[in-house]
Amino acid sequence: MSEQNKILNDITSKEYEYGFVTDIETETLPKGLSEDIIRRISALKQEPEWMLERRLEAYRKWLTMPLPEWAHLRIPPIDFQEVIYFAAPKKSPDKKSMDEVDPKLRETFDKLGIPLEEQMALAGVAVDAVMDSVSVKTTFRETLAEKGIIFCSMSEAIREYPELVKKYLGSVVPYGDNFYSALNAAVFSDGSFCYIPKGVRCPMELSTYFRINAAGTGQFERTLIVADEGAYVSYLEGCTAPMRDENQLHAAVVEIIVEKDAEVKYSTVQNWYPGDAEGKGGIYNFVTKRGICRGDNARLSWTQVETGSAITWKYPSCILKGDNSVGEFYSVALTNNFQQADTGTKMIHIGKNTRSRIVSKGISAGRSENSYRGLVKVVPAAEGARNYSQCDSLLIGDKCGAHTFPYIDVQNPSAVVEHEATTSKISDDQLFYCNQRGLGTEEAVGLIVNGYAKEVLAKLPMEFAVEAQKLLSISLEGSVG
Amino acid sequence: MLKVKNLHASVDGKEILKGIDFEVKAGEVHAIMGPNGSGKSTFASVLAGNEKFEVTAGEVEYNGLNLLEMSIEERARQGLFLGFQYPVEIPGVSMANFMKLAVAERRKAQGKEPLSAGQMLKYMREKAAIVELDSKLMNRAVNEGFSGGEKKKNEIFQMAMLEPELALLDETDSGLDIDALRIVATGVNRLRSEKNATVLITHYQRLLDYIVPDFVHVLYKGRIIYSGGKDLALKLEKEGYDWLINDYKE
Repeated sequence: MSEQNKILNDITSKEYEYGFVTDIETETLPKGLSEDIIRRISALKQEPEWMLERRLEAYRKWLTMPLPEWAHLRIPPIDFQEVIYFAAPKKSPDKKSMDEVDPKLRETFDKLGIPLEEQMALAGVAVDAVMDSVSVKTTFRETLAEKGIIFCSMSEAIREYPELVKKYLGSVVPYGDNFYSALNAAVFSDGSFCYIPKGVRCPMELSTYFRINAAGTGQFERTLIVADEGAYVSYLEGCTAPMRDENQLHAAVVEIIVEKDAEVKYSTVQNWYPGDAEGKGGIYNFVTKRGICRGDNARLSWTQVETGSAITWKYPSCILKGDNSVGEFYSVALTNNFQQADTGTKMIHIGKNTRSRIVSKGISAGRSENSYRGLVKVVPAAEGARNYSQCDSLLIGDKCGAHTFPYIDVQNPSAVVEHEATTSKISDDQLFYCNQRGLGTEEAVGLIVNGYAKEVLAKLPMEFAVEAQKLLSISLEGSVG
Repeated sequence: MLKVKNLHASVDGKEILKGIDFEVKAGEVHAIMGPNGSGKSTFASVLAGNEKFEVTAGEVEYNGLNLLEMSIEERARQGLFLGFQYPVEIPGVSMANFMKLAVAERRKAQGKEPLSAGQMLKYMREKAAIVELDSKLMNRAVNEGFSGGEKKKNEIFQMAMLEPELALLDETDSGLDIDALRIVATGVNRLRSEKNATVLITHYQRLLDYIVPDFVHVLYKGRIIYSGGKDLALKLEKEGYDWLINDYKE
């Protein structure tokens, strides 16, 4: 018992590594939300009329919607009129090329370990970097264009590929889907757009890096990924933000469309600022991510490593419409100090012989609350559906909480749905064993946690997996005495 | 190497060790025997630094260092090894990775560079051979799904990897069949040298047929009540502890 108390008393958070602020001039719109602000966002982005109409429609819908309160989260009231909905790094007037990236910005991404060109070229990853509300640089566009792959910012996609955007945007997450998706549809500023044409295997990992920099600003990016018949792409997403005392809002929407015989792998390492050890500040991360396997034999896989944000509300989901389509969700969610996470997935089985697999690994430390919430739904027509779910929770200390809310809705008798759940603690015996072999306690905790999360980490692309492993250890530093 | 003076330790306010005096010199093998519940395992745990136990009095000097002031990991890095009676499982962490980290810490304390991946692999194979441990186990998670015998061999393998100066082997023989016992004992014997010392904690004489100790001690009710040479173990095997216990007044 005294050991447990000691662990708890010693809980302090390691300084957040990415908490710096880039001193760069930003153009912002006044705070608050109104039709006027939405018109100004649309105008700043030189959008066509139809896009503005869609935004306004979403805004009007949003006004009628109540805040979702069903999650196992304590969310302080948010004043949506206090948020700045658009901020962009100011472009120097003397730069002619739009592609020229401000050295300060480049420095920011270098600091984050995201060099936009040379190193990524070596690693073979194409990057779209989004700072505050706009995309600042997309690499490798020409190489990708040779294969007919489109990878650009959402703003450009709206201007240059309106037919594709019209066809797919909002087709998986309609604007009225939920409170935050409606808000996003009204004010989204930028994000990435990716289209892989029929039969093309994307030759490199595509990656978007999101950074919130400006104070008082919300980030509302929108990502749309379309894999046409027989296409393949692996997509990575990373996120960080400065340390600020205030809470900042992040309400993104990601939509993925997977056509017949196509495959999309979407990996996230989410490391938004989690707030300090007393629970002050941090990002509110209210994200809607959903993909549809539209055609037969389509495959969609979500892998997420969630270590940041003060509050996380996120359920990357798969609609398995095509026959024999496959949905997967692999998640590690780590909460420390006063962080709260309510995350999981939805697997909606519609097609015949559809299969889904859910592996969720929650890790709670400090006074944090970590919930898994998942829905497995099998509609009457989904003959032969299969689901396997595994939800594990690991507790560090005795002031944190882990919760599992599995919802299972099966309407076809041929379905086989399995659910396994475990809850464990890092035992004093494990720590003693590691210590006795010469490992320090923090190193031991990092090792045990990474071992626990291994099954999910193994699903990440190599370079991401290494980063995620380090991140898990760092996020727990100081959590054990 | 090790000097224990009047060591007292308790758990949850209950005193288990009641004044142990014990000395080990380099090159020696000691066996500590005694009936169940006499404090043998506690003694080993306390020397390793297990925080479950509170040291209430006494001194322990290890190679000139004040052992009781050192953290568990510091003791380990300085060459104190505890072979566990019940080795702990660490799911998802491969033996190879675990050993890589442990060996690196030990070498750092010795002022040596870490081994390269190739050297490490070779080193692991060499040491695994000493205890006839299947090197495929290196890719498995630490002790997970290991048989009882494999777990014990794995402890001696780790001892071989870490080249301790003082090895405390807690009931390493318990639960072993005769073949495994022979393999484990052979491993321990091969690791014996002029520079290191071994303390065997055991219930049974049979281990001492394979590993011949220089000294045998009887621990009873938290004190060492009798010490002798290797013949003492044989006598205990034949006559039990009663003759000693009856003599002993608390």
